[in-house]
Amino acid sequence: MALINKESVKKRMGTRLAANGVAKFLFILATLFSLLVLGVLIYRILSEGLPYLSLDFITNFASRMPERAGIWAALLGTIWVMAVTAPVSFILGVGTAIYLEEYAKKNAFTKFVQINISNLAGVPSIVFGLLGLTIFVRLLGLGSSVLAGGLTMSLLILPVIVVASQEAIRTVPREIREASFGMGATKWQTIRRIVFPAALPGILTGTILALSRAVGETAPLLVLGALAYVAFVPENIFSQFTVLPIQLYNWTSRPQEEFHMIAASGIIILLIILLIMNSIAVLIRNKFHKRF
Amino acid sequence: MDITINKQMVQKNEKEKDFTPVFKINNLNLWYGQDHALKDIKFDIPEKQVTAIIGPSGCGKSTFIKTLNRMVEMVPIVRMSGEIVYREKNIFDPKYGVEELRTQVGMVFQKPNPFPKSIYENVAYGPRIHGIKNKKVLDEVVEKSLRGAAIWDEVKDRLHENAYGLSGGQQQRLCIARCLAIEPDVILMDEPTSALDPISTLKVEELVQELKKDYSIVIVTHNMQQAARISDRTAFFLNGEVVEYTDTSTLFSNPSDKRTEDYITGRFG
Repeated sequence: MALINKESVKKRMGTRLAANGVAKFLFILATLFSLLVLGVLIYRILSEGLPYLSLDFITNFASRMPERAGIWAALLGTIWVMAVTAPVSFILGVGTAIYLEEYAKKNAFTKFVQINISNLAGVPSIVFGLLGLTIFVRLLGLGSSVLAGGLTMSLLILPVIVVASQEAIRTVPREIREASFGMGATKWQTIRRIVFPAALPGILTGTILALSRAVGETAPLLVLGALAYVAFVPENIFSQFTVLPIQLYNWTSRPQEEFHMIAASGIIILLIILLIMNSIAVLIRNKFHKRF
Repeated sequence: MDITINKQMVQKNEKEKDFTPVFKINNLNLWYGQDHALKDIKFDIPEKQVTAIIGPSGCGKSTFIKTLNRMVEMVPIVRMSGEIVYREKNIFDPKYGVEELRTQVGMVFQKPNPFPKSIYENVAYGPRIHGIKNKKVLDEVVEKSLRGAAIWDEVKDRLHENAYGLSGGQQQRLCIARCLAIEPDVILMDEPTSALDPISTLKVEELVQELKKDYSIVIVTHNMQQAARISDRTAFFLNGEVVEYTDTSTLFSNPSDKRTEDYITGRFG
C-alpha cells in the first residue's frame, strides 16, 4: 500500500544530515581559504611598507636612493590618465549601451555586436596596449603621452562599462517606460528623464569598478612606452608620464631589498585609492538604490 | 443561423445609437505574428461616457484598448489593418504622430506604475515633457490633477516624497492624476483595479463616475459587476471578436447573443 518505506527513510536520515553538514563545511572552507590568502598578502605589505610610508614618500619623485624615492610623479600620472579615461569611456560606453538597448533593432547584426563586446571584455590587456601603440602612438602621432595612455585605457574598459550600463538600463521596468510613452513623451524624453536617471546608479557603479581596474593595469601602458623613471609631473595631456603600477613594477624588479620595501609602501597607496573608489561605488549603489 | 441574428442585432444597435462618437473603429484586424488577435472590430465609442470592454482572458480586450493609443505597436511582431478614426483623424495616418495622439488619449495601466520620483514630479511629468516650465503653472496643474483624482487631501503635505511610499490604491490614483495632468480628451483604463483591494477599487470606481463628466473613458475590466456598476455602454469580446456592443443595462439584463448570456451568467470565462 504505502509507496514510501518509512523504515528506509529513517535509515537514510543520518546520511542526509551528515551530507548537509559536510556541504556547509566545504563552503566555509572555500571562503576561509581566500580570506587567509588575502590576510597574508595584506600583512606582508603592511609590515614591509608601513615603516617607509610618510608624507615625503608621497610628495617625492623617484630616486636612485631608496630613502629619497617617492611616488609623486606616478600618483599624478595615474590621476592624469584617469582624467582622460573616465570621461571618454563613460560617454562612449553609456552611449553605446543606450543605443544597443533602446534604439537598435534586435537582429543578427546587433547580436553579433553584442557577442563581440562581451568577448572584448575578456581580451588580455596587453592586446589593447598593442592596439593603442599602433593607433594612438604611431598612426595619430600622439607619442607616449597621457592622452594616448588614457585613450588606450578607455578602450580596455569600454566593454565592461557597456555591459554594466546595458544591464542597468535593462533593470528599468517596462511599465514606467510605457507610462512615459503613454503620455505622449518621445523616445528621447523617455530616455533622458526616466530611463537614464533610473539606470544611473547602476551605470556609475559599473563605471567606477571598471576605472579601478584601469588604475591597476600595467601592461598596456608599458607597451605604449610609458616611462619607468619620471622626475616630473605631467603638465598637459601631451606630456610623458608614468603610473603607479609601472613604478611599483620597476621597484620590485630591482635587486636592492629597500626598493622592495618602498614598493610595498606604494602598494598601500594604490590599495587606498582602489578602496576609496570602490567605497564610492558602494555608496552610490546604496544611496540611490531604487525599488521598482 | 446564429450569425444572421447577430447581424440584425448589430444593425438594430447601430440605429439605436444617439451619441457623438470620439472613436470610430472600422474593420480593425490585428495579428501577433500568425496569431489573429482582433477580427473585424467595428464599433463607435461615445464621447463623455464610460465604455466598458469585458470578456474572458485572452479575448483581445487589452490588445484592443492598446490599439486606441497605439501602445500595442511596442510589440515588435504586431501587424494591423483597418482604421481607427479619432475625432475625424485616422490614427494610423503617418502624418498623425503617436506623440500627438497620446497627448489626447491618456492611459492608466493595469499595475500602478508611478515613476521613481516624487509625487509632485510624477504629476508634473506630463506638462514638463510638453514644454511647460513655469513653476506657478506647474503647481496649479499638479494641484488640479491631484484634486481631480481625489487624492489631493492624502498627499498635499508630502508632495515631495517618493511616490513609492504610497499604498497601491494611492499609487493608482496618482497615476490617474498624472494622466489628467496632460488634460487629455480620452482616458483609457486597462484593468485599473485588478491589482487593488476592494476599498481602493471602490474609490477608483467613484472617481471614474466623476471623471466621465469631463472625459471620455474606455475601461477594460475582467470584473462584470464593475462593468455593470460604472459603464454606460459595454462591449463583450470573445476570441478577438465583438460579440455584442450595446447599452450596459441592455447587455446585462437582456443580452441578444447566447454567448454573451453564457458569459454574464458565469457559465464560462
